[in-house]
Amino acid sequence: MDKALRKKYWNKNLKYLSILLSIWFLVSYGFGILFVDQLNTIRICGFKLGFWFAQQGSIYVFVLLIFIYVLLMNRLDKKFKVNE
Amino acid sequence: MSIQTWTFIIVGLTFALYIGIAIWSRAKSTKDFYVAGGGVSPLANGLATAADWMSAASFLGMAGIIAFSGYDGSVYLMGWTGGYVLLALLLAPYLRKFGKFTVPDFIGDRYYSNVARSVAVIAALFVSFTYVAGQMRGVGVVFSRFLDVEVNTGVYIGMAVVLFYAFLGGMKGITYTQVAQYCVLIFAFMVPAIFISLMATGNPIPQLGFGSAGEDGVYLLDKLDGLMTELGFTAYTDGSKSTIDVFFITAALMLGTAGLPHVIIRFFTVPKVSDARKSAGYALFFIAILYTTAPAIAVFARTNLMETVQDQPYKEIPPWFTKWENTGLIAWTDKDGDGKIQYLPGSAIDGKQPMFIQGNGANGQRLISNSSGNSNELYIDRDITVLANPEIAGLPNWIIALVAAGGLAAALSTAAGLLLVISTSISHDLIKKQIAPKISDRTELAIARFSAFLAVIVAGYFGINPPGFVASVVALAFGLAASSFFPAIVMGIFSKRMNREGAISGMVMGLGVTTYYIARFKLGWIGDAESNTEDKWWFGISPEGFGTVGMIINFIVALAVSKFTPEPPLEVKEIVENIRIPKGAGDAIEH
Repeated sequence: MDKALRKKYWNKNLKYLSILLSIWFLVSYGFGILFVDQLNTIRICGFKLGFWFAQQGSIYVFVLLIFIYVLLMNRLDKKFKVNE
Repeated sequence: MSIQTWTFIIVGLTFALYIGIAIWSRAKSTKDFYVAGGGVSPLANGLATAADWMSAASFLGMAGIIAFSGYDGSVYLMGWTGGYVLLALLLAPYLRKFGKFTVPDFIGDRYYSNVARSVAVIAALFVSFTYVAGQMRGVGVVFSRFLDVEVNTGVYIGMAVVLFYAFLGGMKGITYTQVAQYCVLIFAFMVPAIFISLMATGNPIPQLGFGSAGEDGVYLLDKLDGLMTELGFTAYTDGSKSTIDVFFITAALMLGTAGLPHVIIRFFTVPKVSDARKSAGYALFFIAILYTTAPAIAVFARTNLMETVQDQPYKEIPPWFTKWENTGLIAWTDKDGDGKIQYLPGSAIDGKQPMFIQGNGANGQRLISNSSGNSNELYIDRDITVLANPEIAGLPNWIIALVAAGGLAAALSTAAGLLLVISTSISHDLIKKQIAPKISDRTELAIARFSAFLAVIVAGYFGINPPGFVASVVALAFGLAASSFFPAIVMGIFSKRMNREGAISGMVMGLGVTTYYIARFKLGWIGDAESNTEDKWWFGISPEGFGTVGMIINFIVALAVSKFTPEPPLEVKEIVENIRIPKGAGDAIEH
């Protein structure tokens, strides 16, 4: 694999990482911690939204994020023919 | 049948299963012993990782911690799951491509230095021993409660079982027993949770149940907030920790999770890089089942407790209360002499544990000698939340026995994973890589088995002489992992410029500062009690959250030092280039 192609592959990976990790940060540190009081004024059924993100929502998003990354990277690996 | 008989049957059956699997999956080479031959399917590895991950603290302790800390408990929920995102995105695929056996292997090769390798080995041993102590204690607690034996006897039985399959099977044996242990523990956790959710709210899904309303039409969380504020507690859904502390503790737990050697090595066992990513996803999915249920159990348990005991005459209390009082995990001291239980904020006792004295009080309660000055009369060990829940909810005996088996599965699976890291660190990283590189595979395997044996003995010692609460001991391991491994590995993958000097000074500084802070503010080893109070915390960060600061220091020191020292050699840059490309991982493990 030549250098330019390697670089392209790696930059694409870094782009995916930064987007997914921003979401990771937002749902846990953002919704669950920093903005918890503001979100707690919103209610869904018996849950205050901030509390729900801290104890439920963030975890669901974490699971989703990993599987989205798996899908994105599998596609990218195939495109650059570095899959096994 | 009695709880006792059921427990013997169910625990006996599960133990027979683990031992059977261990015999079936004996290790024949070091590759089997260290990474299960590198041929574990991503699904099986996900299950095994989940069991490895969920310790006695998760299974027994977590719902209890949340029940007694409300919103503040979120740090554990987010902290112990969010790290898997970092693992899947930043570490696991690349470490798998690198394809050696251990974390010190990577650090030593990437930073072309046996000093770096030694720092990593010491950190790995330190973290694993801190962590394993809590596990062995957990085994002892479960045994003592359900099989009516001394805690220490329980620790001995646990040691014997772990030794058996760690010794025979190494990683291979451990992986497949962990798959079985995950099934046992998740079943044991979910069955009571579903029953209790049904009883409390009519909704069989606990995750939804604790956001619904009870029979009286009031939302459960609102009811609990009301009950608690009425008595002067902080509302359940509001925390009492500062925002900065919650932030830093959550971060320390996440970064620590991603840096724990016993978690990372699990990803060396799958065949391909894409499998490493996928199995991190499976692992978190299986972990999330328990971690999203725990806060629901916490709410049910806390509400139940407040409603059952508050202002109740001791003589009319349900039998589970006196039963746990007999084990010393509940204590009631009738401070105002009205014969009723007053459960209020503050600790009912001075010191950590109630000190029981001979004789019974006017109501038949066990007397203690260390009741405190405030008006709270009830001491409850938070670890009993999960253990007592089925009894409190009046579930059948076999379910109570199942919870015992689940608790044991959780503690044993984590202990085994940690013991493997310890034995690998000794036989592979220390002896094979540093002291006697010429030993044959057979000798190395024998040494690995012997180290496993030694590690079990040391872990057992810590289990019998525990350094503190089960959960808080575990929390310390995270701070240390966050401040040493996480930055070193991430920089090793994402920066080609990071060199030996930078990585070593970063790790040493990160570890040093974190250890100092914990030794001072948590263990009280440095300075006197007066100078170690909470208002002396740096930036208001508790010792549990300080690993995050240690990590930041590690990054800064490493980057600064690497700027002024020579670049890494060409072949090391090639290693970095190489691990960034997934292709070719299958052969990488043969070395």
